[in-house]
Amino acid sequence: MQSNAQLEYDYSVVKLFTFTTILFGIVGMTIGVILALQLAFPELSNLAGEYGTFSRLRPIHTNGVAFGFTLSGIFATWYYVGQRTLKMSLNESKFLMTVAKLHFWLYFVTIALAVITLTLGYSTSKEYAELEWPLDLLIVVWWVLWGVSMFGMIGMRRERTIYVSTWYYMSSFLAIAMLFIFNNMEVPTMFWANGAPSSAMHSISMWSGTNDALVQWWYGHNAVAFVFTTPIIGMIYYFLPKESGQNVFSYKLSVLAFWGLMFVYLWAGGHHLIYSTVPDWMQTMGSAMSVVLILPSWGSAINMLLTMKGEWGQLQTSPLIKFMILASTFYMLSTIEGPIQAIKSVNAIAHFTDWIPGHVHDGTLGWVGFMIIGALYHMAPRMFKREIYSKKLMDTQFWIQTVGIVLYFTSMWIAGITQGMMWRAYDEYGSLLYSFIDTVTVLHPYYALRALGGLFYLIGFFMFAYNMYKTATAGRVLDKEPANASPMAS
Amino acid sequence: MFHWLEQRPFFFAVMLFLTVAFAGFIEIVPDFAKASQPTVGTKPKTVLELAGRQVYIKDSCNACHSQLIRPFKSETDRYGMYSLSGEYAYDRPFLWGSKRTGPDLHRVGNYRTTDWHENHMLAPADVVPGSIMPKYPHMFTNKADIATAYANANTQKSLFGVPYDKEGMTKLGSWEEAKAQALEDAKKIAADMKNQEVKDAVAKGEVPEIVALIAYLNSLK
Repeated sequence: MQSNAQLEYDYSVVKLFTFTTILFGIVGMTIGVILALQLAFPELSNLAGEYGTFSRLRPIHTNGVAFGFTLSGIFATWYYVGQRTLKMSLNESKFLMTVAKLHFWLYFVTIALAVITLTLGYSTSKEYAELEWPLDLLIVVWWVLWGVSMFGMIGMRRERTIYVSTWYYMSSFLAIAMLFIFNNMEVPTMFWANGAPSSAMHSISMWSGTNDALVQWWYGHNAVAFVFTTPIIGMIYYFLPKESGQNVFSYKLSVLAFWGLMFVYLWAGGHHLIYSTVPDWMQTMGSAMSVVLILPSWGSAINMLLTMKGEWGQLQTSPLIKFMILASTFYMLSTIEGPIQAIKSVNAIAHFTDWIPGHVHDGTLGWVGFMIIGALYHMAPRMFKREIYSKKLMDTQFWIQTVGIVLYFTSMWIAGITQGMMWRAYDEYGSLLYSFIDTVTVLHPYYALRALGGLFYLIGFFMFAYNMYKTATAGRVLDKEPANASPMAS
Repeated sequence: MFHWLEQRPFFFAVMLFLTVAFAGFIEIVPDFAKASQPTVGTKPKTVLELAGRQVYIKDSCNACHSQLIRPFKSETDRYGMYSLSGEYAYDRPFLWGSKRTGPDLHRVGNYRTTDWHENHMLAPADVVPGSIMPKYPHMFTNKADIATAYANANTQKSLFGVPYDKEGMTKLGSWEEAKAQALEDAKKIAADMKNQEVKDAVAKGEVPEIVALIAYLNSLK
C-alpha cells in the first residue's frame, strides 16, 4: 500500500455509470410517460404496430427504470462512495480497475439487449424478471464482477471500520444474488425439443403455479427492497451528511435500523399474495411483517432527518439538500403506505388497482429518483472538478418534479380506491352494481392527470440531464475540491 | 458485537446473508411439496393451447389481466368460482398478474366465445365501448410457434413428470404427431372464425397467433 500521500480517487467508472443513469433514465421515463398517455388515450397504443402496444412496452419501462436507471445510479455511487469511505483508489489496482470496467460494459450490453429482446416479445412474464435465460446468465456474470470489485476494494481499504453506506451496498449485492438466482431458475426448452425446430430463447420456470408465485413475489418484493431501498439508504447515509456538513444523528439508530431491515424485509413478500392460493399463514405473516417493517424504515429516515438538526436553514439555500430531504420524506410516506396496503382488509380493496402503481411511484420517483439525482449533483463538482452549472435550473427542476410526483400519487390513490370500491359494489337487489368497463371509463380523468404528473417529472429529468451536461462541459473550473456544500453558479 | 463485525467484512457478510436468507428459508421451503398437487380433473395444456399461452406471454397480457379469482362474493359473482392452488399445478410460469387494468381471465373460457375474441382482439372498443385495450391485428398475421410449444410440453413431461400421454390425460406423442394434432385443433377454432386470411392460413397448414391464443383463452375454465 502507498504511504499517506493524498489519495487521487479514480472516477472513470463513476462517470460511465453516471452517463448510463441519465441515458437509461431518459429512455425508461419517456416510455413511462408514453404508457401513462396510452391508458388515458388508448389510440396511442397502436402507433407502432405490435411494438408499440401498452403490453409490449410495459416491461421495457419497468426494466429500464429499475435495472437501467436505478442500477446505474447504484453502481455510479458505489464506485464513488466505496473508494472514499474505504480510503482506497481504483487506480491502485489494475485488476480491480479492469473488473470495474468489464462490469460496466457487460452491464451496458445486457441492458441494450434487454430493450431489444423485450421489444421483440422475448419474455418469461415474471415481473422484474422478464429477461430470458441467455440474458440472465449475462446478468449473473456482471453481478459477480460487481461483487469481486466490491470485496476487492474492501480488501484494499485503509479505513478499518466499514462505513454504514457500504453495509447497505453489500446487502444489495448478497440479497439480489440469492433472490435473482432462485427466481430465475428456468429451463431452456430447446434441450427437450425432441426434433421440433424450437426457439433457442424460450424457457419455462423450474417452479410451477402457486410455488412459482411464491418465489416470484419473494423475489419481486425484495427486488424492491434491495434495489429501490437499501442502496438508496446507503447513498443518503453518505451524501446527506457530506453535503450538509453534519454528523449522522445516531450510530445506534443506524445499527438498529440496518439489522432490523435486513431481518424483516424478506418476510414481507407474502403481502403480494393476500387472498391468493398460497397458504394462509404466509399471507398473515407477510401482512404482519409489513407492519413491523415501519420501524426499521422510519429508523433510517428519522436518523437522516435528525442529521439536519439545527441546520434546517440549508433547505432554503441549497436545492441539493432539498432533493435529499424530500427523498427521505417520500421514503417515510411510501413505507407507511406500503404497510397500510398490506393490511388484509385494505389489501382486499387495493390489490389489482392503480393504488399499487401509485404507491410504487411515490417511492421510486420521490425517494429513489430524488436521491439518485441528489447524489449525482453532489458528485458532479468532485468528478468533473467544475462548479454545478445552474442553481436556478436545479431549483426549477426540484419544483416541477415535486409537483409531478404529487399529481401522480394523488390521482392514483383516487383511481385505485374508486376502482376497488366499484368492483365490490352491490345494488339493493344483490347484483353487482357496475360492469367492469364502468370501472375503466371512470378512471379517464385520473389517468390523464397521472400522465401530466409523469410528464412534469420527465421534463424535470431533462433539466437534470442538461444541467449535468453543462456542468461537465461548461461549468466554472474549480481549483480545489469542495469540502461540503457543492458550489453552484446561480 | 456490531462494532467488531464492522471491522471484519467477511464475518459481516456471513451474518448479513444469514439474516436475510432466514425468512425465505422458513417461508418457502415447507410448502413446496404440498402446493404443487394438481386438482382432480386438471389436465396439462395441449400444444396449441401452450402456443397460445406463449402468445399471451409474448404480448404481456398479464400486464393488465389477472388470472386469480379471490374468494370474495364480488369476485365469484363476476368471474366464477374462486381459484384453487391445484388448478395451477402445470402452470410454468404462473400468470396471476398483479394489476387488473382489464378484467380477470382465469375462467374466461366459461363466458366468452371464439367469435367474441376474434372481434375483440381486432378492435376491443368496437366490442366493449370505452375499452382502453390496444388492438392486436398483428396476431392475425404473425404465426404461432408450435415447435417451441411442443418443446415446452415435452420439457414439462420429461423433466417435471407432467402427465402427458397418461391415460385420460392430454396426448403429446412425437413432434410429427403433435404438429398434426395442433393443426387439427387449429382447424376447429378457425371454423368458428370469419377472417378469411386466417382460414386460408390454417388450410395451408399454418397457425396464426390469434388461433392459438383463442384456443388458450377457451381452455381457461
